[in-house]
Amino acid sequence: MKSQLWKSALSPVIGISLLFAVWEIGVRVTNVSVFLLPPPSRIFQEIWTHGPMLMRHASSTLGIILAGFALSAIIGIPLALAVAFSPLFRRTVYPMLVFSQLVPKIALAPLFVIWLGFGFLPKVLIAFLLSFFAVVLQSVVGFTSIRPEQVRVARSMGAKGATLFFKVRLPQALPNIFAGLKLAMASSAIGAIVGEFIASQRGLGYLVLVANGEMNTPLSFAGMLLLTLMGIVLYFAVEGVERLTTGWHVSQRLNPAL
Amino acid sequence: MTNPAPEAAVPAAAMHITASKVGKIYPAHDGEVVALREVSFGIRAGEFLSMLGPSGCGKSTFLLLVAGLEAPTSGEIAIDGQRVTEPVTDVGIVFQEHGLYDWRTILGNIMLQGEIRRLPLGPLEVRARELLRRTGLEEFAAKYPHELSGGMRQRAAICRALVHDPSLLLFDEPFGALDALTRVQMQIDLEKLWLQRRQTVLFITHSIAEAVALSDRVAIMSPRPGQIDEVLTIDLPRPRDKAVVASKRFAEYCDAITERFMARGIIQY
Repeated sequence: MKSQLWKSALSPVIGISLLFAVWEIGVRVTNVSVFLLPPPSRIFQEIWTHGPMLMRHASSTLGIILAGFALSAIIGIPLALAVAFSPLFRRTVYPMLVFSQLVPKIALAPLFVIWLGFGFLPKVLIAFLLSFFAVVLQSVVGFTSIRPEQVRVARSMGAKGATLFFKVRLPQALPNIFAGLKLAMASSAIGAIVGEFIASQRGLGYLVLVANGEMNTPLSFAGMLLLTLMGIVLYFAVEGVERLTTGWHVSQRLNPAL
Repeated sequence: MTNPAPEAAVPAAAMHITASKVGKIYPAHDGEVVALREVSFGIRAGEFLSMLGPSGCGKSTFLLLVAGLEAPTSGEIAIDGQRVTEPVTDVGIVFQEHGLYDWRTILGNIMLQGEIRRLPLGPLEVRARELLRRTGLEEFAAKYPHELSGGMRQRAAICRALVHDPSLLLFDEPFGALDALTRVQMQIDLEKLWLQRRQTVLFITHSIAEAVALSDRVAIMSPRPGQIDEVLTIDLPRPRDKAVVASKRFAEYCDAITERFMARGIIQY
C-alpha cells in the first residue's frame, strides 16, 4: 500500500521533470528567443529574483480562490439538499440553477466591476459563480443515489430525521460531494484569475497580464507556473480531506479491479 | 381463491404477527399494480416461516409491510396485537444485497445498531465479536464490505440483524445473489444461529429446497395479485442435517410444493 502511494506520487514528478528537460533542451538547441518561449531555468530564475513580490500577488489570489471555494461549499451543499429532498424546490429553483450555468459567466465579470467595484468581493463572486454548480450537481447525485435497502435498514433501527441524515445519507453522499468540491477548487482558481484580469491591481492574474503587456514573457510564465503549483496544492488538499473522511471509498477507487 | 388455512383455528393471541385482509396497491403510470390482495394469516412466536413464490408475487412487499416500512392499502398487520403504523424496531432485517453500509467496516456496520438505538456499546461489541467469530468473520471485523465476498457480506448482514437480540427476524431473499454451494452453507449456518434463540422468522425465498430446509411452515404464494395459496407445515426434525435433507420426506415436501406450482402454471414441464 505504502509503495503504491509512493509510486503514484513519484510517476507524475518524473513525467513533469522529463517535460521540463525536453523543454529546456529544445529551447537551447533551437535557440528560440526568451521573449517567445523562455526555458524553465529562466522561469525559475525569475521566480527566485522576484520571490517576495510574487508571493504578495500569490497570497492575494489564494485568498480569492479559497473564499470562492468556501462560498461554493457553504451554499452549494445546502442547495443540493433542497434539490434532492424537496420536489417543489426541484421543480422551481433547480431549472433556474441549470439555466444560470448557460449564461457565459466570464462575460458577466465586467458587470460585477460596474456593480461592486474593484475590490475583493466581485472577484470572489466570479470564482463562486464558476464553481458552485459542480458542488450542487455532484451533491444531488450523491444524496439521491442511495439504495432503498440502506435507508430501510436504518429506519428499522429507529433512525429518522437528523440521525438518518448524519449516519446514513451524508456519509453515503460524501464521495460525490468531494468529486464536486475538487471540480469547484479548480473552477474557483479560474474564476479568481478571470477576476484579476478584469479588475485588479493585485494578484497573479493581474501580474501575468501586466507582464504580457510589457512583453516580459519570463515573468508571465513565472506567474503561470505559480498559479499551476497553487492549483495542484489546493486540489490535493481537498483530496487529502477526502482521504481522511472517505478512506473506504478512496481505497475502493485505487483497486484496479473495480 | 384463498384457501382457509388450518391455522385460522389458532387463536390470534398465540400469533406473533397477524395479517388481516392485507392489500397493497402501487400506483403505476398505466393504472395501478395490485401487489397483495386480502392476505390473511399469522406467524407464531418462535416460528420459522418462509414465504415462497415466483418474482413479483408480492412476498417482498409483504415483508416491508410487516417491518412497517410501507403501509398497507387495506387491512392491517399487527405485532403482538399492536397495529403496525411506523417502522418496527424490535427487528433485524437482512436484504438480498446492498444492505451493508460501504463506508463502515464490518464491525462498524454491526455496531450501528447500538449507535442508533443508543445501547451500551461495550457489551454490544462483545456480542458483535462473538457473532463474527461464530460466522467465521472474526478476522474481517476491520474490513470494508467491498473487501469481502458476497457470502461473507451476507453473514455480516446477519450478524448485524442479530446483535441487538430482536424477537423478530425478517429475511428478504438473503441468499438469492449467492452461488448454489455458498447458499447451502449459509442455510446450514443460519439454522444453527436461529436454533440458539428461536426468534420469530419471516423468510422470503423463491427456492423450494431452501424453504423446506429451513422452515417450520411454508406459505406458498400465487402471483398477480399476490395471495397465499396454501400454508404447508414442514414436519421434519431439527437440525435439518444431511440425513434430513437426504430423506424421502424432504423430497416429498419439495415434490408437493412443485406440484402446487405446476397446478398454478408457474412451473411447466
